Amino acid sequence: MNVIEFENVTKGFGGVNVLDGLSFSVEKGEIFVILGPSGTGKSVTLKHIVGLLEPDSGEVRTTAEHIGYLFQSGALLAWMTVAENVALPLRETTRLTEREIEAKVEDALNAVGLLDAADKYPSEISGGMQKRAGLARAIVCEADVILYDEPTSGLDPVTSAHITKLIGDVNASRSMTSVVVTHDLASALTIASRIMLVKNGRCVLCAKPDEFLASTDPDVAEFVAATKGAMR
Amino acid sequence: MILMPKFVESVGGAGILLVKSVAYFPYVVFRGDSRRDLFRQLYATGIRTLPVVTVVSLFMGMILALQVGLELARFNQEIYLGAAVMLTLLREMAAFCCGICLAACVGSAIAAELGTMKVNDEIDALIIMGIPPVRFLAAPRILALVLMAPVLAFYCAIMGAIGGGIVGATQLNVDFQQYMSSALWMSQQKDLFVGLAKASVFGLLIGGISASEGFGTSLGATGVGKSTQRAVIVSFLAILISGYIVTRLFY
Repeated sequence: MNVIEFENVTKGFGGVNVLDGLSFSVEKGEIFVILGPSGTGKSVTLKHIVGLLEPDSGEVRTTAEHIGYLFQSGALLAWMTVAENVALPLRETTRLTEREIEAKVEDALNAVGLLDAADKYPSEISGGMQKRAGLARAIVCEADVILYDEPTSGLDPVTSAHITKLIGDVNASRSMTSVVVTHDLASALTIASRIMLVKNGRCVLCAKPDEFLASTDPDVAEFVAATKGAMR
Repeated sequence: MILMPKFVESVGGAGILLVKSVAYFPYVVFRGDSRRDLFRQLYATGIRTLPVVTVVSLFMGMILALQVGLELARFNQEIYLGAAVMLTLLREMAAFCCGICLAACVGSAIAAELGTMKVNDEIDALIIMGIPPVRFLAAPRILALVLMAPVLAFYCAIMGAIGGGIVGATQLNVDFQQYMSSALWMSQQKDLFVGLAKASVFGLLIGGISASEGFGTSLGATGVGKSTQRAVIVSFLAILISGYIVTRLFY
């Protein structure tokens, strides 16, 4: 069953088409990774899924009721503690009691390993911890789909691997669907059910990780070779 | 003239945002979490502005007293110094000075804060969580300005009157008690209430314009700087224009 479907979606900014007839679908329960170089419309794709952007043409369909979104920066509110940030969507959009909210916040913070930092402010924690706090806020409302915008960018390799593992764990333990936008091939290969390479706003290839690596498509081969070169 | 379309665009955007924000005022007042945020904003608005308002109003009263007092002295009418200073303050200058200080101290801070949140994706995060940014961010800040502006304007009038009295007593040989009784004798309730209402209107406009500029921020740190600048400029223009309109309506 498809949770998200893009059908021939086109979106332009200032006369330039960032998405140019993009079509793909995401199945329930999978971790769908969107790979591609910078400026190819990966984040724009995510913003279409949550309705922050509307396509110029084509159609975006989703059956998800609650969608969580982890922004590149974490997008935490600076004047609230980590726990208050995580509790925010529950306080503002539900009628739960304070005790129920506290229990859910504790559960979400525990899932991302941030219980000890609950009373700290975003400026007092590291970039990796901010992303984990953002993830806790995304899962606290029991979202059925979580969108990750460059979850490992700007992080050291160890923290990066930790976040990647966390995405896999959260997806499995909470029966969610995840869409991950990244240019980190190593991270993608670790957790992806399927990988889609986007170039110039179009899907170049959408395949399982092993098929992706074995692909002879020149764009895929170039991306894989460039990543391997950087790793050496 | 080049600024006119941008001014109209800013005021138009602020107008739409103001209507939405005013509709959320009851929510802000009656809901616990929002009410706490309103108190935080009231405190921030008052504290941020108080030192500047104190100095500005004190010296404004002193300048007014000096200019008017020297003219009155030519006709031996110094006894009316208090009345002249007080009427000018209550009717116009207290609200005007308070508005200018609020635009510079609070409006700019609102535009910069919301602008930074916009470029850091925090506004988008709120939208995705189902929290309307106008309700959560703009309405408490605008309501705080509407409520705090008349309080500050009243304080401004008192400080200005004291400043005028000091100049009268030390440089124009007007007894302070005589100055104050002249000030209170000529002032009417209408002068006070129109002045305070005018300050509230200024608060509403400054809040709407600043929040609208903040939400409209793009292009990173440069965009935040431009939004802040535009918020202050458009607020100054709005204060002058609306100040005239309110005065014309009541006098």
